[in-house]
Amino acid sequence: METVTQDILAAAYLIASVSYILGLKMLSKPDTARKGNIIAAIGMALAIFATIFLYSENGNPVGNKIYIFVALIIGTLIGVRAARTVQMTQMPEMVSLFNGMGGLCAALIGIIEIYHTQSTEKTKLLAICAGLVIGTISFSGSMIAWGKLTGRFSDKIFPMQQFLNIGLMTIILVMAGAIILSPVVNPVMLYMELLLCVGYGILFVLPIGGADMPVVISLLNSFTGVAAACAGFLYNNMAMLTGGILVGSAGTILTILMCKAMNRSLTNVLIGAFKAQGPKEAETDNGGQIKEVSLSDAAVMMSYAKKVMIVPGYGLAVAQAQHTCHELEKALEEKGVEVRYAIHPVAGRMPGHMNVLLAEADVSYSKLLEMDEANLEFSTTDVVMILGANDVVNPAAKNNKLSPIYGMPILEVDHAHAVIVNKRSMSAGYAGIKNELFYEPQTSMLFGDAKKVLQQLVSEIKAN
Amino acid sequence: MENFFVSLEHLISVQTVYIVILMVFLGIEVISHVPSILHTPLMSGANAIHGVIVIGAIIVLGKVESNNIPALAIGFTAVLVGTLNVVGGFVVTDRMLEMFKKKK
Repeated sequence: METVTQDILAAAYLIASVSYILGLKMLSKPDTARKGNIIAAIGMALAIFATIFLYSENGNPVGNKIYIFVALIIGTLIGVRAARTVQMTQMPEMVSLFNGMGGLCAALIGIIEIYHTQSTEKTKLLAICAGLVIGTISFSGSMIAWGKLTGRFSDKIFPMQQFLNIGLMTIILVMAGAIILSPVVNPVMLYMELLLCVGYGILFVLPIGGADMPVVISLLNSFTGVAAACAGFLYNNMAMLTGGILVGSAGTILTILMCKAMNRSLTNVLIGAFKAQGPKEAETDNGGQIKEVSLSDAAVMMSYAKKVMIVPGYGLAVAQAQHTCHELEKALEEKGVEVRYAIHPVAGRMPGHMNVLLAEADVSYSKLLEMDEANLEFSTTDVVMILGANDVVNPAAKNNKLSPIYGMPILEVDHAHAVIVNKRSMSAGYAGIKNELFYEPQTSMLFGDAKKVLQQLVSEIKAN
Repeated sequence: MENFFVSLEHLISVQTVYIVILMVFLGIEVISHVPSILHTPLMSGANAIHGVIVIGAIIVLGKVESNNIPALAIGFTAVLVGTLNVVGGFVVTDRMLEMFKKKK
């Protein structure tokens, strides 16, 4: 009987593992993405319930079932509610928060397990300590990332921070070694270790700029994956092992892809060299003047254009102007204007975030052009409307070797006949770099909050 | 030290090593063909999948003695936050993807 149940459990875990792989694979294509997510969720549910009813350790089945079900139900209720009510623009912090919960879970498992493990089982202790350390760092790091994205914390850089981090990591590793090798678990040492890990997570994320948070979240995401894999080693549990490793490796690649889109290395992001280089940049001040355009002029320019390209950026996300943006698109199309959106890979707050936002506002998929497609079309575009984007259209990335963003692929909007830039003020973008585009002869500025400006533009266009 | 390697063999079998290495490549392979528009939902979906850690929390809570209140509390919290990770992760991902589908 015992072996039969164990075989059924193993089969359930195998199905779950396949569902993750299939799910991730389907998530990578727009048509199948939603189904892929559901398949992975079903696999997960199967693995969870199979564990509750079939798992046994040394012949003992899973006890405390009442507590387990109560925790599952409360977690489900809160999780569904939080996930349903979150604003689409707040998605990055939500993902960060959920990731932190996974890390916390891994850490808590470690705390209990370390007391249940014989001091002679060194490899078990190794798996426990690894899960504990990685889980705790992922938890505290994710909380800081969440706090930064919601504006609760600001960037803090202090001298010698990198050395402090390396020193701290060394102490964490040495202490972990001591915990594994010591004959009895010393609670003081364990809690010191946890505290150090919390501190490391905080110091690791705190100096990284707010706009780099997606990269950090993706990295912490893969950390939590590795922590889950450690627990998989510990229990020799295939569902946890495969799921954890899969996320660990996929998350790492996703992190690297994000860095690539910004043409920066991961170390560069983590050390925050962006900020350090900023002030040293040799600014080529050509003494140019910016030119403002009135709302009604902008409306006329767009109404009588053949093709208008909208470049949405961070500012649009902040102003929650995606719906109004779609209204502008409709108003222009009624006038017979062809409207397209040019999406930079890192526009918004996360790669792909802008697509989600515009999709929420019912903008048709076929109107969203990726960077390479868009760059081919700018020379035949009459008006480019830039909504709260800055660094992704900065020509310095192409022609100023001293600029910190030099080499980053950009949307070449300067090839269009006219460019209208909507910004709240003349302040620089995230990278703190001046944008030559604003001084070009074909560029005109339209200051104001993206949502208000768009609303006024829509009514002006309709009145025309 | 001998003990260490004996238990190492017990913990990490050859099959496990195979699985880990193949999974690493599979993860890389699956992700590297993703268009950038799907990065956010994908990250969110992967985030939900590592919520599989909740299974570990269930195993731990399942073997805690019923009179060990601190361990029960920690285990209970572990299952709760793990569930948050799984359920919240999948629901949020579904919400993002629902929008992609609507206007086909």
